[in-house]
Amino acid sequence: MKARIHITLKNGVLDPQGKAIEHALDGLGFDGVDNVRQGKFIELDVAETNEDAARRQVTKMCEKLLANMVIENFDIELEA
Amino acid sequence: MRSAVIVFPASNCDRDVAVALEQASGSKPHMVWHGGDELPEVDLIVLPGGFSYGDYLRCGAMASQSPIMKQVVARANGGTPTLGICNGFQILTECGLLPGALMRNAGLNFVCRTVPLKVENTDTVFTANYGSGQIIDIPVAHHDGNYFADNETLARLEGEGQVVFRYDNDNPNGSARDIAGITNEARNVLGLMPHPERVADAKLGGTDGAPMFNALVEALS
Repeated sequence: MKARIHITLKNGVLDPQGKAIEHALDGLGFDGVDNVRQGKFIELDVAETNEDAARRQVTKMCEKLLANMVIENFDIELEA
Repeated sequence: MRSAVIVFPASNCDRDVAVALEQASGSKPHMVWHGGDELPEVDLIVLPGGFSYGDYLRCGAMASQSPIMKQVVARANGGTPTLGICNGFQILTECGLLPGALMRNAGLNFVCRTVPLKVENTDTVFTANYGSGQIIDIPVAHHDGNYFADNETLARLEGEGQVVFRYDNDNPNGSARDIAGITNEARNVLGLMPHPERVADAKLGGTDGAPMFNALVEALS
């Protein structure tokens, strides 16, 4: 089963990199761009075939290592 | 004072801090490779600066899961004084020994210069030889030193005297409340972004870091 994990900064956590990207887009002439937030995308395969069990396993991975729960949220997509 | 310096792949201040420890204490620290799980009996554990694991995923994230860290966390929770400098501070937050997180510098640049620090709490084994409110000059060299914690955590840190060092009118990284270094609640674990080991000898251009190592030797010998 393939897991796709999006890791994003929590609301209220400043994202200077997102701000810099926003400025760069503005400089390139893309008008009306706002609230740019930079995150991470991690893709991995798990041997587990049961979706609930796979979700539990990947959730643990996120909590223990892949995301920093102080500043980040994560979202898991699973695909058989 | 018996000490151990934990060496991770891409630690690069491990030997600097070893020199500072040896000069202060007269004995060489144990240099302990991160991949083992045997930590000798010591009075002080140091997590040095550097770029462990190439800062992959997040600074300190991979190192915080190294085999030796189980021992480090157990000893620190048992009361052994534990000092994390720069990348060591990042590792201490990632492994949960200290609250909060160290994010990318607000200005996005790697910052490498000497900054004035205010000593906010002298009631720790690390800071007993400084004066309360004393301003000391210590270099920083980091890309991710922007300390963040939620407001509740910040209020608790302030209330419990856990903010030990603050940037004095010259915050190089945008950290919350100008925080440069904090301790845990028991005050035996200190993490700070500046590098006291780089100014522990006049030949290096400064001695404002030396009182930290001397205080540790006096308290732990």
